[in-house]
Amino acid sequence: MESFTNAIQSVPLNHYILLSTVIFSIGVMGVLLRRNAIVIFMSVELMLNSVNLLLTAFSVYRNDAAGQVFVFFIMALAAAEVAVGLAIIVMIYRNTNSIDINVLNRLKW
Amino acid sequence: MITLIILSILPILILYLGLYKAKSALLPVTVAGLLVALGFALAEWNSGAQPIFSGMMLFDNFSIAFSAVTIISTALIVLLSKGFFEKISSNVAEYYAIMLFALAGIVVMVSFYNMVMLFIGLEIMSVSLYILAGIRKNDFASNEAALKYFLMGAFSTGFLLFGITLIYGAAGSFNLEAIRDWVITNPRNVDPLFHTGLLLIIVGMCFKVGAAPFHFWTPDVYEGSPTLITTFMSTVVKTAGFAAFLRLFSASFATLSDFWMPVLLVITILTLFIGNITAVYQQSFKRMLAFSSISHAGYLLFAIVALGAASANSVFMYTSAYSVASIIAFGALILVQQHTGSDSFDSFNGLAAKNPFLAFTLTIAMLSLAGIPLTAGFIGKFFMFSGALSQYHIWLVIIAVVNAIISIFYYFRVIIAMYFRTADRNELVVPGYYSFVLGAAALATIIIGIYPAFISNLI
Repeated sequence: MESFTNAIQSVPLNHYILLSTVIFSIGVMGVLLRRNAIVIFMSVELMLNSVNLLLTAFSVYRNDAAGQVFVFFIMALAAAEVAVGLAIIVMIYRNTNSIDINVLNRLKW
Repeated sequence: MITLIILSILPILILYLGLYKAKSALLPVTVAGLLVALGFALAEWNSGAQPIFSGMMLFDNFSIAFSAVTIISTALIVLLSKGFFEKISSNVAEYYAIMLFALAGIVVMVSFYNMVMLFIGLEIMSVSLYILAGIRKNDFASNEAALKYFLMGAFSTGFLLFGITLIYGAAGSFNLEAIRDWVITNPRNVDPLFHTGLLLIIVGMCFKVGAAPFHFWTPDVYEGSPTLITTFMSTVVKTAGFAAFLRLFSASFATLSDFWMPVLLVITILTLFIGNITAVYQQSFKRMLAFSSISHAGYLLFAIVALGAASANSVFMYTSAYSVASIIAFGALILVQQHTGSDSFDSFNGLAAKNPFLAFTLTIAMLSLAGIPLTAGFIGKFFMFSGALSQYHIWLVIIAVVNAIISIFYYFRVIIAMYFRTADRNELVVPGYYSFVLGAAALATIIIGIYPAFISNLI
């Protein structure tokens, strides 16, 4: 465990922050640019996982377990979201035979 | 805290009732359970609350007051559900259960004392709402609302989490007090981690409460969802969102207000104008109410822009007034929609001649939403504006008054349709439950409007 912590700490904290920010931004761009509901959904997961990575890094650097515990909460609730989200996407697919979000344009002002 | 336990066990009980086909017991058990939870919440009033569960939650007067508003609103909405869910599916127990689970999440949201609990409460509420938005499985609008709500909700959760993480990286704790202490002991100008995190949290919270420019999902989701669920979203969920927003900012970030206040000021002004001006152009009453809920989010943001000792009180007043008025408006809409099959303004034509009681309560709701004196809405706006004036946001109040005048135009459209337009229509049957809810809510609106003192100094 000690060597593991040392291994994580051998990379400067800024690198973790940069990596997570880049992954997070890729997720945001994916949500905004892609049209396929599943791909958007995967991009959201990417955003959440970049947060997990950053939390773990902070947690190791501060020797504080709270950050890692939070990661478990995020994972559990992300799993709940996946269950509901995939069900919603299946429901859409049954009604429209498509998961392209461009079909979602009935409600407009 | 017993409130939260009751609200977590009650939905499981409801699911068992559904399993054993005790359909007629669902509604009474739900309402009775809500009242018991309300009673236990009120019993803890002024008991000198301390943080519980290792500093995770704090069930103080603020939490009790907002739990009470949300529980009462939910009870009223549940009463309106008589005969509503049965049209969608024969298994109705699940709908009550999911609504109660969402309420449990809301109680966590209004009593959090640690960012972890904020996130957990928000997610319990949101995941339940994604399901509720899509309960009409074969209705395309409902599907679309569920997917949009789900994608946008998950997206905004990502922003909120990234913000929380950055703040954890800077302050080293999720605890609200620890973060506040860190802010006070590190009075540096700008800490890149902390301030970026703060901005991301603002983005995430504004998404959740539907403030412009992050409001674009609101009208579609509100219009597409079944009307009863829209009622729940625009009253209970909005109240909870603002309570959480306010609690977070007043507990942790109050001393940094020079930094985030201008950001929220711009968001507030944008929200007011976008909500009100777009609402004027709507032909559908339901979509108009969705935009009006955006504009009310703008007024509610006043309390956070002018953060002070009175903010909690003014948000409490405003959300109670807004919730009861919205429940009347949506309740009347459900009846008219079932009767005429349409939710446009024209379907309200000539309602006053046939259903004077319904038209009268809806008129009171519209007056209250528009902020006409002697109704609760006026008192709510009065508290918000005086809070803003006490911090010298004079231009903000002038803009808000202009917007309040714009809003009169679209709220009065439905009153004019009811009283001055004529149409061939049959009398609409108002069930007893509806009469009770509409009457009680209208009475509450007028009582708060005439005699605000009995709830105005609670928190």
